[in-house]
Amino acid sequence: MTTVTTANESATPQEHEHHGPEKGIKRWLYTTNHKDIGSLYLWFAFIMFLTGGAMAMVIRAELFQPGLQIVEPHFFNQMTTVHGLIMVFGAVMPAFTGLANWMIPMMIGAPDMALPRMNNLSFWILPFAFAILLASLFVEGGGPAFGWTFYAPLSTTYSGDSTALFVFSVHIMGISSIMGAINVIVTIWNMRAPGMTWMKMPLFVWTWFITAFLLIAVMPVLAGAVTMVLTDKFFGTSFFDAAGGGDPVMFQHIFWFFGHPEVYIMILPAFGIISTIVPTFSRKKLFGYASMVYATASIALLSFVVWAHHMFTTGMPVYAELFFMYCTMLISVPTGVKVFNWVATMWKGAISYEVPMMFSVAFIILFTFGGFSGLMLAITPVDFQYHDTYFVVAHFHYVLVTGAIFSLIAATYYWLPKWTGVMYDIGLAKAHFWCSLISVNVLFFPMHFVGLAGMPRRIPDYSVQFADWNQIISLGGFAFGLSQFIFLALLIKACRKQGEPVDAKVWDGAEGLEWEVESPAPYHTFTKPPKID
Amino acid sequence: MLKRDSNAQQKANNKIVARLALVVVCMFAFGFALVPLYDVFCDLTGLNGRSIQRADAGLTADDLTQVDNNRKVKLEFVSFSKAGHQWRFSALEPVVRVHPGEMQNVRFTIENTSSETAFVQAIPSVSPGQAGLYLHKTECFCFEQQKIEGKQKVEFVMRFYLDSALPKDISQMTLAYTLYAVDGNTTARVN
Ligand code: HEM
Ligand SMILES: [Cu+2]
Repeated sequence: MTTVTTANESATPQEHEHHGPEKGIKRWLYTTNHKDIGSLYLWFAFIMFLTGGAMAMVIRAELFQPGLQIVEPHFFNQMTTVHGLIMVFGAVMPAFTGLANWMIPMMIGAPDMALPRMNNLSFWILPFAFAILLASLFVEGGGPAFGWTFYAPLSTTYSGDSTALFVFSVHIMGISSIMGAINVIVTIWNMRAPGMTWMKMPLFVWTWFITAFLLIAVMPVLAGAVTMVLTDKFFGTSFFDAAGGGDPVMFQHIFWFFGHPEVYIMILPAFGIISTIVPTFSRKKLFGYASMVYATASIALLSFVVWAHHMFTTGMPVYAELFFMYCTMLISVPTGVKVFNWVATMWKGAISYEVPMMFSVAFIILFTFGGFSGLMLAITPVDFQYHDTYFVVAHFHYVLVTGAIFSLIAATYYWLPKWTGVMYDIGLAKAHFWCSLISVNVLFFPMHFVGLAGMPRRIPDYSVQFADWNQIISLGGFAFGLSQFIFLALLIKACRKQGEPVDAKVWDGAEGLEWEVESPAPYHTFTKPPKID
Repeated sequence: MLKRDSNAQQKANNKIVARLALVVVCMFAFGFALVPLYDVFCDLTGLNGRSIQRADAGLTADDLTQVDNNRKVKLEFVSFSKAGHQWRFSALEPVVRVHPGEMQNVRFTIENTSSETAFVQAIPSVSPGQAGLYLHKTECFCFEQQKIEGKQKVEFVMRFYLDSALPKDISQMTLAYTLYAVDGNTTARVN
């Protein structure tokens, strides 16, 4: 795609008065360096991943057997709610932002992000948002218990006073991701090195560029929705209260107008990652670069006209149901183009299965599973059966865990040597892969069966006919949870620089500017733009 | 692309930031604009029973002579009262079968079992949603707020007819009323 003809500037530091990072905690509090902020985002996301994971363990422990044994139903509801909120807004989104921070400037030959101080702010407000959300679990009456989708009237009429804390924390998360998105757009628009034309940009940069536009389009709508919930609950408005002329169904329209683009916010950067890794280990150029860019853009556009596929059972007229059904199915066309392109890239390639490639291949197969169950859900008449069952839970965990999370893990294994300068413990990485791959399927695949058989989601108890599968699901869940500690151990080892030092170009098939700078990547890179032809 | 001098870079950056910030503000406003848009959309399409909370004006004798004797439509009436109140709200004729075009009366009662005066508002909703456009009411207790004295039972008549243009595939519909208390917070709006 791009080649560099002059050596990168940071190799000759004496020409500039480069200073390295400050020492101690101040380095992290005041940093405006894109690499530092990227690391902060990634560690924060990982801690949130473990926190949300702990809540999932509570959920699976309760569902290990039918009946109520471990937690109260109200606490169970708080666990499902806060698990969802933390995984979406605390783990997946900040992890992608962290990758954007680390990689985008290096991939386009820019010295840093365009707005470094805003970058610092957008990270540092996040810990407060999640501290508030987690603290709300301990106030009287408990934390949010209405599902991550906070449907009215659950969140307005039937919620506790901690709803105010929930609204406040979602506002902060929203502000953080809007600032992050603005930063990404300005960086990509204005800071590309000369010669880095639009259609030379690596796909990770392209997919993030489009994701950032989705973010600034829909995060404000989410902010509006939580504000309306706040005023309905505490200030006597009736946006969602029929008694005052409002309508609770309207809540769902506003929420999903944000919510469906949101699920693409969580998957488009993943497409970019897979499109980077697969060519490296297939030792071929990406098949259909331009079609990947156009497919990403059309997925993003279509994502605005499918929201009501989450609302097929709300009593829409049949024409509306058909419209949303066909639009939803239409999205699987550009998505299919992508899967086709990845497979075509591997076709007749000199493939080697390093750990990032293992996770990428698992992504391609398992994400496609999730796409298929999505297609089933998109069929209006059958969605009446599947809606709000474990089938939906299976669907979105295939696209989010084996999709978004697997891509994040693949990205970490791909770029970690560049970040730390040492090769991580490959034995641990392979153990992490196999344990995760097997347990994740034991965890999520049987959910399809119990869902089709009618087991509802978000309920702490179930009919005894579902007992066997639920036991297996819970065991898979515990195994998947434990497997992530292998990852933690590996990351700690790698960050302590235990491992073989690596060259600038860690993977022989890799292309792109980030492989032209030495490993570990110096604190400042591309202070003088590279030449690209 | 990167600019040579950092001032020009700053200027170029600020320009994009300003535009993007404008998009953010507009989208925040758009979220709220969805509220009136939703109302307009429901009014136009008759979805959500918006159109059945007001009397149909301009009723002509013509409408009533066009009785479609070839089919009957089953109408079910459902009545709820909001939890936490001592009201009994019921439809005296829970199911009626009518010819489109034919005027029909049905009766509802609201009983206030508490000793305090209650101010209530009934909010209708019809399903299937598109049927709302074809249900015409000339008289309904849901058009206004109602005052029910303590320990009293009041009977209301609802007068309606179905448009003879009602699509043929709708052979059954449900009209649901929910009874709400009217207080400072619920400034129940009557269209
Ligand atoms: C071929 C692509 C896809 C199709 C056709 C599809 C379709 C659907 C449909 C129809 C539903 C609603 C099911 C119901 O509630 O009854 C749904 C739910 C969901 N989908 Fe997808 N989907 C697709 C891809 C994705 C992707 C890529 C993600 C995220 C990365 C995703 C995340 C979700 C989530 C989180 C929910 C559940 C939301 C909730 O109710 O809490 N989907 N999907
Ligand atoms: Cu969706």
